[in-house]
Amino acid sequence: MQIYLPIAEMSVNVFLILGMGGAVGFLSGLFGVGGGFLMTPLLIFIGVPPAVAVGTGANQIVASSVSGVLSHLRRGNVDLRMGAVLTAGGLAGSALGVWLFSILRSQGHIDLTISISYVIFLGVIGGFMLWESLPGAIKKSPGPAPVARGPGRHTWIHGLPFKMRFHKSKLYISAIMPLGLGFVVGVLAAIMGVGGGFIMVPAMIYLLGMPTQVVIGTSLLQIIFVTAVTTFLQSSINQSVDVVLAMLLLLTGVIGAEAGARIAGKLKSEQMRSLLALLVLSVAIELAVGLAIKPADLYSFEAGR
Amino acid sequence: MIALRSFVVLGLVLLGAPTRAQEAPLVADVSENLVAITAGFTGKDVLLFGATDGPGDIAVVVKGPARDIVVRKKDRFGPIWINSESMTFRDVPSFYRIASSRPLEEFAPPNLLSRFQIGTGNLRLDSAAENLSPEDLSEFRQALIRLKTGQGLFDEGLGAVNTTSNRLFRTQIHFPANVPTGTYIVEVYLFRNGTVASAEIVPFNISKTGFGAEVYDFAHDFAPLYGLLAIALAVGAGWAASAAFRRA
Repeated sequence: MQIYLPIAEMSVNVFLILGMGGAVGFLSGLFGVGGGFLMTPLLIFIGVPPAVAVGTGANQIVASSVSGVLSHLRRGNVDLRMGAVLTAGGLAGSALGVWLFSILRSQGHIDLTISISYVIFLGVIGGFMLWESLPGAIKKSPGPAPVARGPGRHTWIHGLPFKMRFHKSKLYISAIMPLGLGFVVGVLAAIMGVGGGFIMVPAMIYLLGMPTQVVIGTSLLQIIFVTAVTTFLQSSINQSVDVVLAMLLLLTGVIGAEAGARIAGKLKSEQMRSLLALLVLSVAIELAVGLAIKPADLYSFEAGR
Repeated sequence: MIALRSFVVLGLVLLGAPTRAQEAPLVADVSENLVAITAGFTGKDVLLFGATDGPGDIAVVVKGPARDIVVRKKDRFGPIWINSESMTFRDVPSFYRIASSRPLEEFAPPNLLSRFQIGTGNLRLDSAAENLSPEDLSEFRQALIRLKTGQGLFDEGLGAVNTTSNRLFRTQIHFPANVPTGTYIVEVYLFRNGTVASAEIVPFNISKTGFGAEVYDFAHDFAPLYGLLAIALAVGAGWAASAAFRRA
């Protein structure tokens, strides 16, 4: 059954879209990630214009993050104060990202920018995760033994001004760090159509030193606001959000996510991490190869307005 | 622009043709004046039909709404391929297709085919760029035609116009699923003895209707409001999902 997507201006098979929503939802539930970094490239692979894939991806992540945050809130695993600071940085980053996006689009470099961003970030994150999941990798880590993380640790980060106290995270750190982190993730959300959880979560643990149990809920809270603002700005400036596509993806996405989350508890986490790492790396390699091989047609065209 | 130009052409043709007291030598119409793109749109055939006042050959040109088009060329940059040179073509028909009762070269002289832009090779593609050599221009031009053809929007092949007893003619015009929306014109030419004896222009519309059209118009006319609604829908869907699975 075909359905016409009004903003992407193309007909797609409903079951293909529903299947993609379900599959990515399942993976995101299984691995506890947003799934935007898988959904956006998949949409591009099936022929959705990259700009629409990015705008729609952001819209879809709003919904999946709302659903995620509500369940974390019920368990008290959200640091609202930290979330607010991250969001402030994220909103500024998102505005810059959408502005960059429209400039790159008018110059014909947006597809390339999206692909390169994905290759770099998926390659780094996937490589890091794979390395970490290898047995014994942590013991072989180079340099001095890592200092135990905790409230008493002091590094250059603690010398920064504008210190704030985050009770839930048991932290007393400069607001500049979470602001900057939020900003970077905001830019990525706008350009790549991702929530940025795959960067945010490790950064919150290793850079900010937040306790693991509040990390996911707090990052989801920030992601809601950043992707909501990205959705708004992409709609206003680039008209690239397809609500029909977003709602189709959601329909099976939430069911898949729930199924994935239930199965996740029954699997070994090291195996899952290396599986996800391989998945992330293969998407990165696929995109990298696409950039490097000579295109079948050197020319492309785009209708002006 | 194209429509205006074609009406001027039509006027010239009619002035040049021998004036007759009787009715027009050529009449034509399409089976549907409005092709609606609905949610399940997968393409559509439109029937063009008409009559002539005697023997002659029919050539049909279908043109979609004109748009400016940017053609970009990729070049090697280190290990990857990136867009480098680009060229903007003005008022390119977004859709182009021809059909005729016999192979064109059997009844139409090349200068007329060129003047009336019959055939993709005769399309006038004006470019804004002056800094490119004629070879480059021709390469970009061919690339544009090739890409449009690849998407099914241009067709260099010649469709068949069926004629009945030298009076009636008909042809099917196929519009694929990705057809651009807007005002289309069908130019019908009646050739006799190597000249255009008469011409007729049939306009019709292809537009989105129903839910999809409303979404598209809303997204473009009230972009900020559309963004807010998209967010509200997503928040509502997320909340609903959370509520549903909490109970389950």
